[in-house]
Amino acid sequence: MRGLLPIAVVVAALAAVPLVVQSNTTLNFLVVTLLIALAGQGWNILGGYGGQYSFGHAAFFGTGAYVTAILQVRYGVNAWLAFGAGIVIGAAVGGIIGALTFRARLRGSYFALVSLAFAEVLRIVASVAPITGAGVGTLVKLDLRVEALQFQSRAAFFWVVLALVAISLLVAQRLERSRFGTWLIAVRENEDAAKALGVNATQVKLCAMMISAAITAAAGCFYTQYFLFVDSGIAFGTRMSIEALLTPIIGGAGTVFGPLLGALVVQAVGEGAKLVAGDAPGLSLIVYGCILILVIAFAPRGLIGLVETSRRRVARPAKREAAHG
Amino acid sequence: MSDRSLPFTRRKFLASSTLCAAASIAMPSILRAQEAGVKLGILHPVSGALSYSGTQGRLGATLAIEEINAAGGIKGLGKIDPMLGDALSTPEGGTAEVEKMNSAGVAAIIGGYASAVCLAVSQAAARYDLPYVVDVGVADAIVTRGLKNTFRFGPGFGVIAKTALDNLAEINNHAGKPAKTVMIVHEDSLFGSGLAKLLNTQLPQHGFEILETIPHPTPTRDFNNVVLKIKAQNPDLVIPANYYNEYVLLARTMQQQRVKPKGIYSVLGGAASSYKFVKEFPDAAKYIMDCNHWFDPGSPKALALKKKIEDKGQFYTYEVYMNYSCVMLVADALARAGAADRAKLTAALESSTFSGHVMPYGPTKFVNGQNQGAAPVNTQVLDNDIKVVLPANFAQAKPVFPIPA
Amino acid sequence: MFSPVILITAILNGLLTGAVYALVALGLTLIYGVLHIINFAHGALLSAALFAAFFAFHLLGLDPYLAALLLAPIFFGLGYAIQRLIISPASHGDDRNMLLVTLGLSVVIENALLYAFRADTRTIDLPYAFQTIDLGFTFLPIPRLIGFCVVFAVALVLWAIMRRTDVGKAIRAVAKEKLGAQLAGIEVSHVYAVTFGLGTACVAIAACLLIPTFYVNPSVGEAFVLIAFTIVVLGGMGSVPGALVGGLVIGVVESLSGLFLGESLGQIGIFLIFIAVLLVRPTGLFGARA
Repeated sequence: MRGLLPIAVVVAALAAVPLVVQSNTTLNFLVVTLLIALAGQGWNILGGYGGQYSFGHAAFFGTGAYVTAILQVRYGVNAWLAFGAGIVIGAAVGGIIGALTFRARLRGSYFALVSLAFAEVLRIVASVAPITGAGVGTLVKLDLRVEALQFQSRAAFFWVVLALVAISLLVAQRLERSRFGTWLIAVRENEDAAKALGVNATQVKLCAMMISAAITAAAGCFYTQYFLFVDSGIAFGTRMSIEALLTPIIGGAGTVFGPLLGALVVQAVGEGAKLVAGDAPGLSLIVYGCILILVIAFAPRGLIGLVETSRRRVARPAKREAAHG
Repeated sequence: MSDRSLPFTRRKFLASSTLCAAASIAMPSILRAQEAGVKLGILHPVSGALSYSGTQGRLGATLAIEEINAAGGIKGLGKIDPMLGDALSTPEGGTAEVEKMNSAGVAAIIGGYASAVCLAVSQAAARYDLPYVVDVGVADAIVTRGLKNTFRFGPGFGVIAKTALDNLAEINNHAGKPAKTVMIVHEDSLFGSGLAKLLNTQLPQHGFEILETIPHPTPTRDFNNVVLKIKAQNPDLVIPANYYNEYVLLARTMQQQRVKPKGIYSVLGGAASSYKFVKEFPDAAKYIMDCNHWFDPGSPKALALKKKIEDKGQFYTYEVYMNYSCVMLVADALARAGAADRAKLTAALESSTFSGHVMPYGPTKFVNGQNQGAAPVNTQVLDNDIKVVLPANFAQAKPVFPIPA
Repeated sequence: MFSPVILITAILNGLLTGAVYALVALGLTLIYGVLHIINFAHGALLSAALFAAFFAFHLLGLDPYLAALLLAPIFFGLGYAIQRLIISPASHGDDRNMLLVTLGLSVVIENALLYAFRADTRTIDLPYAFQTIDLGFTFLPIPRLIGFCVVFAVALVLWAIMRRTDVGKAIRAVAKEKLGAQLAGIEVSHVYAVTFGLGTACVAIAACLLIPTFYVNPSVGEAFVLIAFTIVVLGGMGSVPGALVGGLVIGVVESLSGLFLGESLGQIGIFLIFIAVLLVRPTGLFGARA
């Protein structure tokens, strides 16, 4: 996907949605979907483009969420500043974890597991540390004013998270076309070969990790502002880590729109499963799990991969004709 | 959740536009058939970590609705049409359900169960001035945020801790003050930590010495080390505050290690006043005291409900009768409001003096959303049954303390 | 700070608990060592096995230790079928997709258990569940001691299978060099399925060992998964003795850090060890040097 045009079109189309759709149920659904898409966009930078599959992205999500909450509640910091601080500190945490793991040259499954471990450590600490409210969690005061980054209308929240997603789309797009992106993809494809060609793999991965962490942290900050409550399970639990990796992979890892598409599909499937299965406990999740397996079985390179494969299949006969003609 | 009257019109939409499923969800409110009666949202964490409690809560609520409908529905308004929602044991799940219920035009929402879910649900409902009655969630923050739509029928932490300690002091004094030292074992999320904090400030005021406060995660796989510490420090009293599974593990491990303090006094103990626990582990359960939600043992309605539940093969747990009572409360308020109108219903709840519930609270009286009469009671497992021992006007037996050797 | 008696008891507790962790990890490490996938469905399978053990007791009257003999082959078959019929075809051999498929499976299995059996916690009551051996300073529960011994027996059996039988040799061959093994005529997909089956059988036995002193509900297995991963890494991915030693070490670490830091913060001990091992010696205690 080249150029800024596709991004502009998609963002504009999404931005128009609240003008057309009045139902708060749908708007809420879309806000949550975009939040997850944002977290996935972050993961995608490191995992999709960089090939480093992190299983603990909740570490950054939770950092963003807690920093935003704690700064407002305990130190009276303005919500917008707290939001920014959440992103910056999230990136810093990414830097620390990255420095430790990439210096130790951890790759593949080892990296996946160590990232999981870091997220767990943060979760445990957050569940006992007084500053986070320990088990009780941190509750941000309901204050529906723009200055407090809270809004009466769901549409306003929608536009805020959409803006963040738009920025992440731009970041991904810029990355794809930059030298840094080429290095990153080279590291993903074959780290040793990349190093032999002079790419500083550790530095590249570290940089990618920090960008990735910043974006996912932004999702966490937004969570705090939208739901106004955060505790250690919500912030650092495996649920968010899994959502962050699931959506890009389903949508298409290493593509600009993969996480966004993946989030829409995964959330829609979840809702669809609930409608089909009714209210028996667990049934909707069984349907959800089955659909997940089916999607992976039939679209192993994600949905965007599916589109590209079919496009190639259509193009191939034409090429053959051209070659023979 | 799924609207029972038109499930397959929705399916058609989904089939034709999988990726536009998001948009299709906006349609339901237009397509819904008009039914006479009152819609009520019944929201519980039916799947996820809290599914047992959520299912029990839903059971209590639906039984109440069945009873009301069997008697002809609400006076002047017709039958109750319940809209069942699954909060998925998360705040996001709860919020999403509130949105759906609001779109469906419910008059009120009842339930929540877990404090984190209740916090999110009350806020989401407040946007639409949708009355929300909390069934169990005990965090004080639920009713102290100035949300006009939120009502809590049961007691909050503050009241529970105070009642528990006052009663403990009374039981201890009455027995000649055999207990001085205490160890607290609590689960480390909102409910356990919040309670432990209050106990830590208030226990010394009553003259007790806290030897140690031990937090543990939910789930905890093994309590041997916790029991080791209890054994080593030998407190007179052990105060557990945790969920069912951990409570059972703790009690069984104490039994295994032959740890016998002078009393086990739980505050919101997960299994301490559970018929299931008493039935399955009678020896471990003997003499355990609990300060917890409990029904009015003298109320014929409560006992009739107990029989109904047990006939269904379920246990009569607090989620059941509290939700039952909440639905009855809302039905009464609706009858007094005279219309399924949110503002009128909110006003009717605010001025409610309802006694048709099954809890030992007296008539309801809401101040800032909190039912003033709500309080826990003390129970003790005696003769393989759970008996109320305090307060005196609901008591069925006298407390046995300290535990006979 | 703590008296030696308490420390020794804590260490003993840790060893007993660690043995069961080790058994769960054994299954996981086999699956990882050969298939190179992190099996997310492991915890859900443990929950399923616990339910199976529960029903074996209630419907067939089988003591859990006897039930293990019945359930191990059944779950072996189940694991074989899952790998051959679901995971392999759905993932087209891609490691990362296998991960997601096992994730999907874990959701399906756990919620199928929830839907079928509800979330009520169930327990079984055995006459010897509360019997203990009195060591003077502590009581050692008999079921846990039996569990400890059985784990060693299972590890021995597995080791024997790996070293002495043709199947075991085929498994080791595939683990080491898949292409070469294929060229030598070994049917890789069969070996994969056998390995998965063995891993699942281990989980079934672990469930039977756990049930006398633990409880059963659909989400119970989840609590063991992260610990199992930690042990697999600590012991060295694919190493049977590694899983055993790793399990015991983690059990003791969990116990001691729980003692010193409290049960909640104490959990951190496990993950700090995990991180330390990964940073310093990622191949684990017994893993092959990279």
